[in-house]
Amino acid sequence: MGLGVEWAVDWLTLSARRIAEHREELIALDRAIGDSDHGENMDRGFQAVMEKLAQSPPETPGAALKLAAMALMSKVGGAAGPLYGTAYLRAATALGESTDIDAAALAGALTAARDGIVARGKAVLGDKTMVDAWSPAVEAADEVLAAGGDAVAVLAAAAEAAEVGAVTTDPLVARKGRASYLGERSAGHRDPGAASSALLLRAAATAAGFPEGSAE
Amino acid sequence: MKKLINDPRSVVDESVEGFGMAHADLVEVHTDPIFLVRKGAPVAGKVALVSGGGSGHEPLHAGFVGHGMLDAAVPGAVFTSPTPDQIIPATTAVDSGAGVIHIVKNYTGDVLNFETAAEMAQAEGVSVRSILVNDDVAVEDSLYTAGRRGVGGTVLVEKIAGAAAERGDSLEAVAGVAEGVVRNVRTMGVALSGCTVPHAGVPTFELAEDEIEIGIGIHGEPGRHRIAMEGADGITSRLLDPVLEDLGIKAGEEVLLFVNGMGGTPLSELYIVYRRAAQILAERGARVERSLVGNYVTSLEMQGCSISVLRLDDELTALWDAPVHTPALRWGM
Repeated sequence: MGLGVEWAVDWLTLSARRIAEHREELIALDRAIGDSDHGENMDRGFQAVMEKLAQSPPETPGAALKLAAMALMSKVGGAAGPLYGTAYLRAATALGESTDIDAAALAGALTAARDGIVARGKAVLGDKTMVDAWSPAVEAADEVLAAGGDAVAVLAAAAEAAEVGAVTTDPLVARKGRASYLGERSAGHRDPGAASSALLLRAAATAAGFPEGSAE
Repeated sequence: MKKLINDPRSVVDESVEGFGMAHADLVEVHTDPIFLVRKGAPVAGKVALVSGGGSGHEPLHAGFVGHGMLDAAVPGAVFTSPTPDQIIPATTAVDSGAGVIHIVKNYTGDVLNFETAAEMAQAEGVSVRSILVNDDVAVEDSLYTAGRRGVGGTVLVEKIAGAAAERGDSLEAVAGVAEGVVRNVRTMGVALSGCTVPHAGVPTFELAEDEIEIGIGIHGEPGRHRIAMEGADGITSRLLDPVLEDLGIKAGEEVLLFVNGMGGTPLSELYIVYRRAAQILAERGARVERSLVGNYVTSLEMQGCSISVLRLDDELTALWDAPVHTPALRWGM
């Protein structure tokens, strides 16, 4: 059995909670190499997602992600708004009208989200951006899928890889976004977008029932 | 953090509300989503200019809404670009049918949000041309960065393109004038202190008493390198030399010299910088035909300044001199 709309709503709800809990941490990461607004913007965006979910409960996982995309695109601002908005919109399109998401559909949605971020932001792996969390996540998801894993296993692998990917941005020199203006001075700090991406993918796995613990 | 605010989350809303009350003769404020338009917009037959960006740079952009400059300004949260759900209604509200120019500072967030908004406004039947301002010479390596940032020169683009639109130029012609300004203006800035974003509560970066940061942007982000504090004349050379180098200013050329305050530096100090900058230009044989000194593109309460040089020709000088009536810039009417 795959994942339904309950999972999608739980994912977004848990995402909002995790972002709120890590708001200060994301602001601190962004203060080091950006402009101190990432935690605030993401928190505002996910509060808007929660309001929209309450107003018009979605009937499919795709509809839930599309609703989130629109709320994030219109409320987050900065680079993160269009990037996450595009990611969720592409994932929603990939899922279509389906009400039962299996491992293959899920891996496909993750790939579509990553491709959307790359298309909009034009960053590649190693530029010290959220791509450094999403690309390993997509690869890990595909590996688990090929090995016959179910949807929960796909999400767990993606979350794990995204967390490792976020950590790998620490020593990198930024080549995209506002941190790129720091040049060598951007090294030694974690990319805030990669950090928030890891939080969101971990929330996806937790909402699907994968036990938390390794993440904390 | 000591700030004249009530709640960090309502800073932009309350400030824009007060701005609208103070300048009700010039602007109309829309709320939810928040944007400002020139009183009486759209102006029949006129190309409209829309700009926007994070708040915290006041008077940019709302202070430049009015006759001869912008038709709409779209403020984002502090240091955060506005979103398409604000930019699209601002664009359609000021379109007379003659088309709209988006003036966008080259910061990743601004570019992505205006790009998305332009696509969607065009789908609604508005002709949109986007002008990217990237005057900051502090960004040397455009291959490995997001490219040169749009900073102080943005004011000059808005004034001169605004004058072209006001005299009745077509969408293509106004875009051409704006691109001409972008090609001929360069800027570099310095910070003597960081600044504090209200919702963050602590400074974006810290500088010791004897340190300054060269090559800053306008969003409180640190610059390219940090050096020991020195006198105003020395700092002026550090900012102006790369600007003149990059522009390739030669003896006999006419320029506009713009010394911009970052928000926390007194006007008297800006004139000390202007003094040395004008001397350096004179030494090189360049002629300073026009000047602007003051706090126009700020970073909250940051101490520091930026120096912009615009290469002038008769057309740009005439457009600079054309009447303008906005809350922050007014002459000739």
